[in-house]
Amino acid sequence: MLLSNLPALQVVIPLASAPLCLLLRNPRHAWGCALVVSWVVLAIAIMLVRNVYTGGTISYAVGAWATPWGIEYRVDMASALMVLIIATIGAIVMPYAWRSIEHELHQKHTGLVYTCYLLCLTGLLGVVVTGDAFNLFVFLEISSLSSYVLISLGSTRRALTAAYQYLVMGTIGATFILIGIGLLYMMTGTLNMMDLSQRLPEVADTRTIRVAFAFVTVGVSIKLALFPLHIWLPNAYTFAPSVVSAFIAATATKVGVYVLLRFFFTVFDARFTFAAMHVGEILMLLAVAAILIASVVAIFEDNVKRMLAYSSVAQIGYIILGISLASTAGVSAGMIHLFNHAMIKGALFLAMGCIFLRLGSVELKDMHGLAKQMPLTMAAFVVGGLSLVGIPLTSGFISKWYLVSAALTDGYWPLAILILVSSLLALIYIWRVVEAVYFNMPGAQMHKIKEAPASMLIPTWLLIGVNLYFGINADLISGIARRGAEVLLGQALP
Amino acid sequence: MSELLGLYNYWIVIILMMTGFYIVIARPNLIKKIIGLFIFQTSVFILFISMAKVEGGTAPIIEEGISVYSNPLPHVLILTAIVVSLATTALGLALVVRIREAYDTINEDDIHVQDEEG
Repeated sequence: MLLSNLPALQVVIPLASAPLCLLLRNPRHAWGCALVVSWVVLAIAIMLVRNVYTGGTISYAVGAWATPWGIEYRVDMASALMVLIIATIGAIVMPYAWRSIEHELHQKHTGLVYTCYLLCLTGLLGVVVTGDAFNLFVFLEISSLSSYVLISLGSTRRALTAAYQYLVMGTIGATFILIGIGLLYMMTGTLNMMDLSQRLPEVADTRTIRVAFAFVTVGVSIKLALFPLHIWLPNAYTFAPSVVSAFIAATATKVGVYVLLRFFFTVFDARFTFAAMHVGEILMLLAVAAILIASVVAIFEDNVKRMLAYSSVAQIGYIILGISLASTAGVSAGMIHLFNHAMIKGALFLAMGCIFLRLGSVELKDMHGLAKQMPLTMAAFVVGGLSLVGIPLTSGFISKWYLVSAALTDGYWPLAILILVSSLLALIYIWRVVEAVYFNMPGAQMHKIKEAPASMLIPTWLLIGVNLYFGINADLISGIARRGAEVLLGQALP
Repeated sequence: MSELLGLYNYWIVIILMMTGFYIVIARPNLIKKIIGLFIFQTSVFILFISMAKVEGGTAPIIEEGISVYSNPLPHVLILTAIVVSLATTALGLALVVRIREAYDTINEDDIHVQDEEG
């Protein structure tokens, strides 16, 4: 009974606990509630992944209304991977959150943060399990609205303007998606994704469907911060509270990529997307621009959180590059990097949160000689940074390996060279941090700085550990990603 | 010509949509931007609602002797979308209040100048 309702529980548990958190008032109780929920969600996610891995795609009719009339939750390998990413990041970030939130936020806000966090979790998980196009829009907006609130809680006033800018751009993106879904409904009379995919080929050669496709693609591209629609991202990540930066950087844009995959491969089929609409070429160009330009901008940033934010734009470029190849190898490389980048960026932003707790700043000039005072935090940053660059034995290497080989299989050798060159660019910006903290003379106040508390160090190192584990033993993730890509491209049995 | 007039609902949608979008992009006043965003979203609601109309159909309530009904589903969808849009507008305006407290202005250009000065 309980087991057959897993896909619904995944969404309902965080949704129902969000108001509970609000009613609890006491910040410590609210945090405890959010912590327990995060772990329960992770347990459900692991069960879901196992069920899908052994038993194939799960289809769940919400409220027992038969599909395609009711809303369907549909968990296939691709959504199972996303559920796993979101739940893992949530479960690791929550134990860390208490000290960090207590330090960075005004006391009257601390209880509310957890309510917003749970709503954001609900939205993100909802997007990846739903099989209904309109329901996807609603969940996307639940997660976006709560992340605007979370970002606005940052300690400086610039957090407010960053959240406002994100709100305006995010809403334009969401409305574009809504227009697209409306036009699709107009032509097919259905909102269920599987039903849409069956009915669309008949009407695919009409202007309405092409316009719908364009609206959805542009709208989702804003949400996932595809270059040049990324301008909301650097400010939002820089000025948000540390925990929020880590959680949102690791999950929100990834969910955007998932939505793009869903529309490209499930709703519209790959032939329409890549052969009729020529999206592959456009995406490849934008991905290359994102990788090069954002990496170069990151080199010149003096605020490390901002540097990591620009690096995120570049890394999203890698993921999109994999997808733009439109082959099983390319899409699975994109999905492997989706997972690995979530873990890498999560860990790096958590390390930044530790530094902000003790130092009160993440500017490079304030961090001189910090490695002596905070050896464990900085070691975590270095390992995470190396993974971002793609050094062997880290998970970043695995993603780049799969990406390069996918590019070579399709004969795009310039892309392989580009990936290597941009890894060097990543090495330069990571090196700037390493140079400042290890090789520069510490300032006069530096000896007062202590190492971060264990409650924050352990989650950071846990994520670093995940990185190293999947750098050495990549079979599990590459297997899941490959099967996810096969399901999306329609090569595996449903 | 009849095509132009026959599709008048879409012309209204497009004009509203572009008006809203233009306000969001061109106005530096943060409240006007939110108003523009709301007009932009409303145009999409009209797109949905007008597509639900079935020629000669009545309201979708089962009644003796009536066989043609308008499609009720887009109305339901838009009810949800209106709630989302309302939440967005409320949150946007709340942010503007906080921005006004922090910067003492709601003009985007002035805020930018203040941020540059540090």
